[in-house]
Amino acid sequence: MNKVDLSVNVGTLKFRNPVLLASGTVGYGNEMSGFIDLNKIGGIVTKSLSLKPRKGNPPQRIVETPSGMLNAIGLANVGVEEFIKEKIPFLEKFDVPLICNIAAGTIEEYVECTRILTEQKSIKAFEINVSCPNVKEGGLQFGNSVSAVGKITEKVKAVSTKPVIIKLSPNVSYISEFAAVVKKEGGDGVSAINTLVGTAFDINTRKPKIFNITAGLSGPAIKPVALAKVFEIKQKVDIPVIGIGGIMNWKDVIEFMIAGSSAVQLGTVNFIDPTAAEKILKDLEDYCVKFGIEKLSSLTGSYVI
Amino acid sequence: MFTVKAPLQQVIELENSVFLLKIFSPEISGIIKPGQFLNVLVTKTYYPLLRRPFSVCDVEEDNFYLMFNIFGEGTRLLSKKHPGDLIDVLGPLGNGFNLDGDYETAVIVAGGLGTAPFPYVVRKIQDKKNIISYLGGRTQNDVILHGMKNVRISTDDGSLGFKGTVVDLLKEQVNNLKSSKTKIFACGPSAMLRALKEFCIENNFDCEVSTECAMACGFGICQGCPIEGVNSPDKYLLVCKDGPVFNVKDVVI
Repeated sequence: MNKVDLSVNVGTLKFRNPVLLASGTVGYGNEMSGFIDLNKIGGIVTKSLSLKPRKGNPPQRIVETPSGMLNAIGLANVGVEEFIKEKIPFLEKFDVPLICNIAAGTIEEYVECTRILTEQKSIKAFEINVSCPNVKEGGLQFGNSVSAVGKITEKVKAVSTKPVIIKLSPNVSYISEFAAVVKKEGGDGVSAINTLVGTAFDINTRKPKIFNITAGLSGPAIKPVALAKVFEIKQKVDIPVIGIGGIMNWKDVIEFMIAGSSAVQLGTVNFIDPTAAEKILKDLEDYCVKFGIEKLSSLTGSYVI
Repeated sequence: MFTVKAPLQQVIELENSVFLLKIFSPEISGIIKPGQFLNVLVTKTYYPLLRRPFSVCDVEEDNFYLMFNIFGEGTRLLSKKHPGDLIDVLGPLGNGFNLDGDYETAVIVAGGLGTAPFPYVVRKIQDKKNIISYLGGRTQNDVILHGMKNVRISTDDGSLGFKGTVVDLLKEQVNNLKSSKTKIFACGPSAMLRALKEFCIENNFDCEVSTECAMACGFGICQGCPIEGVNSPDKYLLVCKDGPVFNVKDVVI
């Protein structure tokens, strides 16, 4: 039996399998293509793009923590123009759905980026980053405000000809309130979660280890938090969820689907094992065969309580 | 650039808790260049989570060597590995030293564990170039002689060799260095590299430095290891991809 159906839908978006690569952990595809066959992956979410190139934060940007890592890259990116000119032609060589992640300092900038990029045929959807903890403007300032997230969803939807997914912050009391406003304003789905705000100090110098002082925590350390957030959204709001947070192997993917994810994104694991996505896909297929699961998507929200 | 699980051949403890791992991998050993690095997964248990980057220390036929001291949990676990254990290695990464050129004398400048990439450099050029190795440390315990040739030593406390920094020692011997066509290759703490940069610019020495920065992936996707480039003020270079070896004039140290 090799007729396992791994395909999933996130709203109107169709993916050949649920394993996507998360923004900021796959660059613009070129480095990863040396390790894995991108044609096999469910989808790629680009590094966050802003209207103009951003230099990002000075070092130190990364600190390892128990079973996790803190990063404060500061949205370093090539900007929309260079992305279209230099990066899209490379990505177009692959048969893999491209989701374009957009970060911005103002609502107008989100709208302008989307308006320009929606013309690009190879972009299948947008993921709007309202939850980066590492920049002064935009980011969490939006991600912490239900009304701002609603406004961004509404305005971006108005100019986009493609599905719009909002990437939500876990640094809020009730993430489902944010998912609800995304649905209300016509958003097509939510990604949950972005990183958790954290920090670390050097006990000898008493200085923060990260230049930006606070940073985003990712990796297996945040998986239980991410699962709880996905579950909360699934219970309260009827909107497709892409689960993210510390996925390291196929079992984690299954767990996220049971909790309510329609698809997932691999993040930190790409840094440790850039071939992880392919291994996970193979393992997912084996799992389905072993347990007689014909459609992997039947697992979404299949928790038993 | 690929991942490979390579069998550990030998764990060698040098003096002062400095370790050498001898690892069998024709795939890596056949192509890696001096100054390039490898990102090593120490455990599958997620603690430590990230790979650990190490310069290739030396290559002998199908084996390569890594040099490290025990700095944290990752290096502690690595030092406890046994021959036959498979070491999960990602690489070769980065650019490496440019050892070609018409210089006559290679001056190696290493601070502490900055010696790590140079045994392979020595192996590659010892038949073609003169080599002088300047090794510095805070005390004699920090000076690592393994694989080095024609050594001059400095220590901050004077416990071995010249008393002062390794750049102070270079300054003392600058006329000697200028007597032949010299290229400097260096690796060590930022303070040493900063002083060395000033010294090289003042005396017009061509100099390549191997730099260091905390990083996650080692191949450009995490963007975790920025270094300021002199010629690109609007954009950081990445230590992992654009380096780790830079001409000292091209980066802000």
